[in-house]
Amino acid sequence: MCLAQPAKVKKIKGNKAIVDFGGVSRDISLGILSNVGVGDYVLIHAGFAIGRLSKKEAKDTLGALKELKDAL
Amino acid sequence: MRRIIDMDKKITLAHGNGGSLMHELIEVLRLSLSNNILNELADAAELHIRKNRIAFSTDSYVIKPLFFPGGDIGKLSVCGTVNDVSMKGAVPLFISLSFIIEEGFEMVNLEKIVQSIKKAANKAKVQVVTGDIKVVEKGAADKIFINTAGIGVIDYPGRVGAKAKPNDVIIINGTIADHGIAILNARENLKFKSSIKSDCCNLNFVIKKCLRASKNIHVMRDPTRGGLATALNEIASASNLGIEIYEKDIPIKPAVRNLCDVLGFDPLYVANEGKFICFVNKKDAKKVKKAIGPSAQIIGKVISAHKKEVYLKTKIASSRILTMLETDQLPRIC
Amino acid sequence: MPCKPLYIMEVCGTHTMAIARSGIKRLLPKGIELISGPGCPVCVTDQGDIDRAVKIASMKDVIMTTFGDMMRVPGTKSSFMDAKTNGSDIRVVYSCLDALNIAKENPKKKIVFMGVGFETTSPTIAVTILQANKDGIKNFFVLSNFKLIPPALIALAGSKEIKINGFMCPGHVSVIIGSDAYKDVSKRFKRPCVITGFDDDDIIGGIKRLIEQIKSNTYKVEIEYKRAVKKSGNAKARRILYSVFQIRDSQWRGLGNIKKSGLKFKKQYKCFDAEEEFKVKIPKTKPPKGCICGKVLQGIKKPSDCRLFKKVCTPRKPIGPCMVSSEGACAAYYRYG
Repeated sequence: MCLAQPAKVKKIKGNKAIVDFGGVSRDISLGILSNVGVGDYVLIHAGFAIGRLSKKEAKDTLGALKELKDAL
Repeated sequence: MRRIIDMDKKITLAHGNGGSLMHELIEVLRLSLSNNILNELADAAELHIRKNRIAFSTDSYVIKPLFFPGGDIGKLSVCGTVNDVSMKGAVPLFISLSFIIEEGFEMVNLEKIVQSIKKAANKAKVQVVTGDIKVVEKGAADKIFINTAGIGVIDYPGRVGAKAKPNDVIIINGTIADHGIAILNARENLKFKSSIKSDCCNLNFVIKKCLRASKNIHVMRDPTRGGLATALNEIASASNLGIEIYEKDIPIKPAVRNLCDVLGFDPLYVANEGKFICFVNKKDAKKVKKAIGPSAQIIGKVISAHKKEVYLKTKIASSRILTMLETDQLPRIC
Repeated sequence: MPCKPLYIMEVCGTHTMAIARSGIKRLLPKGIELISGPGCPVCVTDQGDIDRAVKIASMKDVIMTTFGDMMRVPGTKSSFMDAKTNGSDIRVVYSCLDALNIAKENPKKKIVFMGVGFETTSPTIAVTILQANKDGIKNFFVLSNFKLIPPALIALAGSKEIKINGFMCPGHVSVIIGSDAYKDVSKRFKRPCVITGFDDDDIIGGIKRLIEQIKSNTYKVEIEYKRAVKKSGNAKARRILYSVFQIRDSQWRGLGNIKKSGLKFKKQYKCFDAEEEFKVKIPKTKPPKGCICGKVLQGIKKPSDCRLFKKVCTPRKPIGPCMVSSEGACAAYYRYG
């Protein structure tokens, strides 16, 4: 129920940061997330960083579908 | 498809968004004014005047903000009409220019807009040959509205109209959603910073190259308000054929896709101003693609199934229907 | 071993849309039924709460601010969009902080923010309130229609009408509340809960984990969305949330009253409560005739089971919120089949 997008922290100024969504950047609030550093990947929702993101393991969607069929 | 408009209701902004509500309104007007030429409802009308084939089109420009990354209302008003005339397979030659200006509008901005119009007209090699100015009281218009009409000569042997044909493939000349997203960010003060610019430009020269490359072009359309999805639906409906497009083949700039994701927008419904789709028989697809250049992409084809409908083959090789725009997209958080 | 088909509730509206857009349903093997749940904050906002907001928006010297999601949701008679057409000053904002800025820029007006959302969103409003308090802003108010997910899941899992074998839990709400928040649901009702991300492979992976648990009769809380969700969630966000808000019962459109599933302002922040500032009386509301959004939200009926679906109720003329919200089950069904 909530759109949140990954973004990279580019700059921090107090309780705010500038993040880059990939060619698009914005000022956002760090009000509900502590210990954020430049270079961190965070999830942004409604102008706030809500959580940290670690790297996504590369996944094969069609392989996953096959695994699902096997599970059933 | 005939629908009945509720005469007790008022016109809303949705009636102008390019989607299904606007189509219903157009239908009401068309029924009253019906004639063979109007009934085609293409971007421009094809007129036969003493053995000459003439393309004639008109459009009004009410954009906010007036000045945006990549252009302004002046450039838009020239390119928009030049493109509409070109979509008929014509060489655009002359345009008319009509201003409705709100009392209090700054002269310096009017001058900027006029200079923009001059630059755009020179680039497109068209002449502004007649015009009009009206000034209305404060509040009766939103700063400035522009109407342009354009005429051009068709010397293409085929008939570029509103109906695709079986075995047509669909080619687009570049990335989608640039214009709509650039405007939205500027207008709504959403505070996102990016290099995204409107793709507003004149398409007559690239279209000329396409027309030279193939005699089997059946439809050309610039997907403006309502986006690519709406334009495809219009064509599917007019042609009584189905359309299938491939999600993985639709070109989109990463920054545009990312901002669409952040705002919850579907780029397939976002306006474009420097893009056109071309329905051409598959045997000429490679030639037309080459004529457009490296940014061209084949994005789909006409199919015999699902008449009047558009289907999208998704990235995971499933399929779903792609309907026309119903209501304007709004930035959302859920 | 439970008999086929297996019913998986995708609680979250963003999952509903992601599933519909990608066409995953068509690729699923037979025997898996996906049911759209009530995790669509727009869909579950009570009609009376919308009526209150529309009434306040129409008042003199009020600027109503809202996320875009709420603009077209119909109350009993009208929506924000209708009110805007009739002259009310209603503005879409991307962030609650933008609404606070509007308050600072318009000191002679009263700025009201329509607070709708789950645990992902409500902490961001709490931060905004703390900022407003710090800055001494006296013309900023929030309508607190926020809701909480775990109590709704408990209500659903316990209902006799609903056949749910497992829950696909909302990824981003879980970033805030953590996986521990679902232990109660899982244990009490013996249903597996898998917290799932929003990419195609996340969703397929989440369904797979649920199937595996259902087939082996286990009922654990699992995190598929490991890159974003921790067991303990975001404790700071929850601390801030409950420093500004406290829990109350809440009326969910289509589900009725669910105990301890909503939020209201704490005493010391009552000055920001729009309900206190604008004491608006709203008559009790009835759902529109023929609308079965309630049953759709509970997963008992599909949109196609509704006799109004597509014939009378369309995205352009929505009767119930499941069609208005771009995430609603009916809107997803309408657009994507």
